[in-house]
Amino acid sequence: MITFSAVAKRYRNGREALGNVNLHIPPGEMVFLTGRSGAGKSTVLKLIALLERPTRGQVLVGGENTGKLAARRIPAFRRKIGVVFQDHRLLADRPVFDNVALPLIVAGSALKEIDKRVRAALDQVGLLGSERQLPGELSVGEQQRVGIARAIVSRPPVLIADEPTGNLDPQLASEVMGLFRRLNEVGVTILVATHDLHLVRESGLREIVIENGRVAGDEGSLVLPIIEAQR
Amino acid sequence: MSWLLRHVQSLLASAGHLARAPIATLFTVIVMGMALALPLGLDVLVRNVRNATGDFSGAIGISVYLKTNVSESRAQQLLKNTRERSGVRGAHLITATEALAQFRKQSGFGAALDALEDNPLPHVLAITPAASSSDPATIENLRRFLQSWPEVETVQLDGDWVARFNAILALLRRLLLLAAGLLGLGVVAVVGNTIRLEIQNRRAEIEVTKLVGGSNAFVRRPFLYTGALYGLLGGLCAFVVVAVALWLLTPFAQRLAQTYGSTFALQGPALRDLGILLGAGTLLGWVGAWLAAGRHLARIEPGA
Repeated sequence: MITFSAVAKRYRNGREALGNVNLHIPPGEMVFLTGRSGAGKSTVLKLIALLERPTRGQVLVGGENTGKLAARRIPAFRRKIGVVFQDHRLLADRPVFDNVALPLIVAGSALKEIDKRVRAALDQVGLLGSERQLPGELSVGEQQRVGIARAIVSRPPVLIADEPTGNLDPQLASEVMGLFRRLNEVGVTILVATHDLHLVRESGLREIVIENGRVAGDEGSLVLPIIEAQR
Repeated sequence: MSWLLRHVQSLLASAGHLARAPIATLFTVIVMGMALALPLGLDVLVRNVRNATGDFSGAIGISVYLKTNVSESRAQQLLKNTRERSGVRGAHLITATEALAQFRKQSGFGAALDALEDNPLPHVLAITPAASSSDPATIENLRRFLQSWPEVETVQLDGDWVARFNAILALLRRLLLLAAGLLGLGVVAVVGNTIRLEIQNRRAEIEVTKLVGGSNAFVRRPFLYTGALYGLLGGLCAFVVVAVALWLLTPFAQRLAQTYGSTFALQGPALRDLGILLGAGTLLGWVGAWLAAGRHLARIEPGA
């Protein structure tokens, strides 16, 4: 589902965020991406969501080579990827319903379909009944769940999350992780960038460690050694 | 249907956005209204001046002085030819004999004229152009045509002042077009700048929309509707401004007309003007928004 082959990324200011990263995440897997701040975790997510393009190497997401994707095809590509942020990125002046409905609206879904799917997504995150509330009227944990509902409402095959539990207490963090696990169980490929090692170890799931822009460890992967061997 | 629905939703969202910031919207609309009111006001002024001064076509006359050796029968022949030409409303012949008699009567030089052996005055064709052919270019063509006859000594246009007046009106009309063009550019700039600020204020929303797969066209759409709505409201404001101004001026214009014994009354902008104004305002607003959105939206990309 997601493959990085010898990927390097250097930003315009000259900072090299990634250098020769190889990784593979098969469809339906849930993986943690760990590492210190500035290690390159967010850059990996940006490359997957096509918020950045690699300077070198190849990023394949769902068979699409993101580095060669034409600009006019980027919106359609992004609709296949759900993104969850640490700071939620909700529209403060729009009610919960509108925030969650946004991916469906941009995709041109019918009103009935939007209504049905938004309620289903809110039900999944336990916020059914909060449709008319503004994000500011919700707790931080609830806002994070609205962000997750928005990310999953269009049923994307890939979900990426950047420090989704960073602002949450341990109980809320555990709830959010439980939600991700349930989504993963229905086939969504999930990549979670986090520095919460306790949460990662507790899950027992695959962990890719990024250090100084390189993969420093990949516990639980059966694929990476094969890629490395092929190189 | 879904496409249409999305556009209607976008239009309603833009209208709601303007309604939520009534003061800012009002100021922008007033600025645009003033810019659009000026060309409309000038147009109404020109039309009223034309109405007040009436149809000057009847005031233009052409006197064709024939050579003194041209016989009266030949002059009658030329008169017939003149009447048959298109663009001529009427023509009559003042014979040399009639002219001398009239001169004798009006000048008081009767005794002196008796001393002349021959009548020194020529036959004259007095021509009145048709109303539809009283513009300066057509009159000039007619003058050249008449002057080309070998029997003609000279052609005199009696109504140069009308030509000058028409030229002034033509200049005013040209000024009107120029003002409309410049102020139209002003409207585009005002809307463009307003939309630029709007884009800056809604940067976070734009980023999120693009992040979840919103295309540039999708993101641009509400801004285009906002620009078009600004233009529409600006056009409406301009119409109201001109209508109110005329309403305020009407009693003074009537009083002035009465002193000349005229029943002239100011004519306000017509419904057709309202249609043109709303259409032009909407188009200019849309163009301004399109230019600003095209330039500034492309620079906004979501960051993780």
